Amino acid sequence: MNVAPEKQYTDLYREARGLLAAHSPAVMDAVRDEAFATFCAKGFPTTKDEAYKYTGLGPSFAPDYGLNLARRPLAADPYAAFRCDVPNLSTSLFFVVNDTLCASPEHLAALTPGVVLTSLADAAVRFPDIVGRHYGRLAAQDDALTAFNTAFAEDGVFLYVPDGVVMDKPLQLINVMSAGADMMAVRRLLVVIGDRASAKLLVCDHADGDKRYLSTQVAEIFVGRDAVFDYYELEETTPANTRVANTYIRQAAGSNVLANGVTLTCGTTRNHLSVELAGEGAETMLGGIATLDARQHLDNNTLITHRVPRCTSRELFKYVVDDEAVGAFAGKVRVEPGAQKSVSQQTNKNICLTRAARMYAQPQLEIYADDVQCSHGATVGQLDEAAVFYMRQRGLSHKEAVTLLINAFVNEVIDHLRMDALKERLHLLVEKRFRGELGACRTCRKCK
Amino acid sequence: MKMKEDKNKFVRKVAASEYKYGFTTDIETDIIPKGLNEDVIRLISAKKGEPGWLLDFRLKAYRRWTTMTMPRWAHLDIPDIDFQDISYYADPRSKKAAPGSLDEVDPEVIKTFNKLGIPLEEQMALSGMAVDAVMDSVSVKTTFKESLLDKGIIFCSISEAVREHPDLVRRYLGSVVSPADNYFAALNSAVFTDGSFVYIPRGVRCPMELSTYFRINAAGTGQFERTLIVADDDSYVSYLEGCTAPMRDDNQLHAAIVEIYVHDRAEVKYSTVQNWYPGDKDGRGGIYNFVTKRGLCKGVASKLSWTQVETGSAITWKYPSCVLAGDGAQAEFYSVAVTNNHQQADTGTKMIHLGSNTRSTIISKGISAGHSQNSYRGLVRVAESASGVRNYSQCDSLLLGDRCGAHTFPYMDIHNDTAVVEHEATTSKISEEQVFYCNQRGISTEDAIGLIVNGYAREVLNKLPMEFAVEAQKLLQISLEGSVG
Repeated sequence: MNVAPEKQYTDLYREARGLLAAHSPAVMDAVRDEAFATFCAKGFPTTKDEAYKYTGLGPSFAPDYGLNLARRPLAADPYAAFRCDVPNLSTSLFFVVNDTLCASPEHLAALTPGVVLTSLADAAVRFPDIVGRHYGRLAAQDDALTAFNTAFAEDGVFLYVPDGVVMDKPLQLINVMSAGADMMAVRRLLVVIGDRASAKLLVCDHADGDKRYLSTQVAEIFVGRDAVFDYYELEETTPANTRVANTYIRQAAGSNVLANGVTLTCGTTRNHLSVELAGEGAETMLGGIATLDARQHLDNNTLITHRVPRCTSRELFKYVVDDEAVGAFAGKVRVEPGAQKSVSQQTNKNICLTRAARMYAQPQLEIYADDVQCSHGATVGQLDEAAVFYMRQRGLSHKEAVTLLINAFVNEVIDHLRMDALKERLHLLVEKRFRGELGACRTCRKCK
Repeated sequence: MKMKEDKNKFVRKVAASEYKYGFTTDIETDIIPKGLNEDVIRLISAKKGEPGWLLDFRLKAYRRWTTMTMPRWAHLDIPDIDFQDISYYADPRSKKAAPGSLDEVDPEVIKTFNKLGIPLEEQMALSGMAVDAVMDSVSVKTTFKESLLDKGIIFCSISEAVREHPDLVRRYLGSVVSPADNYFAALNSAVFTDGSFVYIPRGVRCPMELSTYFRINAAGTGQFERTLIVADDDSYVSYLEGCTAPMRDDNQLHAAIVEIYVHDRAEVKYSTVQNWYPGDKDGRGGIYNFVTKRGLCKGVASKLSWTQVETGSAITWKYPSCVLAGDGAQAEFYSVAVTNNHQQADTGTKMIHLGSNTRSTIISKGISAGHSQNSYRGLVRVAESASGVRNYSQCDSLLLGDRCGAHTFPYMDIHNDTAVVEHEATTSKISEEQVFYCNQRGISTEDAIGLIVNGYAREVLNKLPMEFAVEAQKLLQISLEGSVG
């Protein structure tokens, strides 16, 4: 018997509607029913949906995952269990275990004065105005998975950097999936960066153990006038993990955003990143690295919308696809009517290492204004044999030569980062990853 | 700034330019009643005296079509089309018998083609190009047939081919574009009326360019032509296709299929200058051009080259494609697509690499002006079985005016690690520096823009055969430069 994967969730929603209301703030509950109706109408996206052409998600949702709808407290202290540190980088460290924020008082106290990091439930009480104005306002409500997330999200993380506040330390948020059974996390992130403020947020995704996990995440990020915001994502999970992350960023005039995603190990991952350049002079730089092997599947889907004149966007994504892995990159740049003097550059370069590896590239431009400079380039190829040969001649083993070349290939993306310590760390992690030594990072204890 | 004003003036003129092939020809036409059902298909088949297998082919395609829905994925705003409000067969001949010689062709038809610049007799005598002219649903006249036949080359209308060479037609019809391929392919397979058939035998180099002119004349009809080209081992042919239609306020449908079958080491060069009526400057009328063109490079080292200049049609939905099945096959796609006023074009190509060491090149140049939307949509697929594949794609867009759109949607599906696939695209407007440079040297802004546009498209225009290149350049002028030039 084939039962549609949606059924267990629609049943669950109806059964647990009271529970959802009881454990979430009113502002999150208010949009729930509408989102659920959208989800019911759309169902999980299939490969027939253009945006999900390379990643049908129905089967990923089919297993019977547990959801922590009753918000049972955590069993262990993540600060003791995980030590995911970037050497030489002093960060304010917070954890989200499954979908519950875990913040130590000591790290909270060390935050730059004025900066607020708390759960959405708490924020809804303390800052009803800010949360009310921003929650659910940016995420595309017609996306089935955003709707799914909105329907089931009970809590999330809220980061608020008030106008003019410059954070002295980067903030590190570690998402850990950890449970004794198959588990689904419904995560939500709301970031509000005030005018002229500056912040750096590093989000790492980890999965503990070999259970099947699925995380859906919706991040809404509002960046104020002349603000600077760095958003780094690093995924290092397991092949049994499914991650669906939709990130929406809106930039006001003169703001500058760097969003970078590194996927070291994943199961099935689909990242959607949408940037709206809503104020003149806004600049954005999106970057991404993927190192895929075995049967990993990664789909990065980006959309940059130039709404107003004189904005700049750059994109650089690089994939290394090994074994039977599948990589997909779809990047769309949309220049709306009247958004003159837009400058947009998109580059996607990919290397397939085996015959069974698959790469899908889809760089797209939609231009409705004439005074623009837009370009995109995409390549799929292999390592240069002459370069490998050159190194072999000089006594390097074949494996060593390949590792060196691949490292050089992806390092271009890392070099765009604006944190030296993180750059170093990523260089090392990527190198370890290619040497096959990274299996250890899962519990984080060994990658010190 | 003066230059800017000049340019704005020019852009407005461009936007106001009109279609020059918009005359109608007053000739007796045998049109069957509007509507589409199995009886209409039987009627078309009977009118053409077709064998049973072809009627079955049509009916099967029709039944398939009824289960399909109109494709909506393209970046096009396609109004609903009432397929029952179209007449599927229009025969411009006053006499029922096929014309035996030029004298028997209706003088009005000849006049029409003379107006188009295809004087059939002159063409025969001077340019040495063989022409098959298709008006509405029927092939009117094929020139040079006899001299081609000496070499064993078959060049005739497809209805004639069904009568005279049924084995060939039966073997190849639908072998590249199956009737179930897509909505419009199914429709065409059900109701196709006429078109050209070309067969180049083994080892023969076709000594002249083969050319077909299509013209929609009668109102309220659709044109569904079907072209089938077969190049046997080691042969070569260059084939040209041109098309025009009268100006009418309502939209007319054109849903054609072109199938090309290329055997071992054969080469086919297919060039199109598409100039269907694009509608007036407010977007009224114009042809809906939904065309399925595909070539199968079946043989080893076979070669297929598509060159298209797209200036007409209200809506263009067209992706000339190549299936590179034979090892070492090569394919090329060169395209210039110009849209003006309210035209919409979603065009590009598909390169499906199945054989090893296959190569493909895609050069696409889009030019949009007025309120038009111009999209490039292309697919490069490398199958797991295909090693050593090389592809290079370049698609550039030029924007004239700030109310038009230029879009690129390339897809690259790579399933093999030995493939090298590159894609590049740029979108920009004509740079003020370039125009200024020309102005400094005494070239008016209007001429400068004409010059720059032609230079921009040159890479593609150069690929056209001589006779067409001249016409294509003129067309670019007409489509874009308004009263200039």
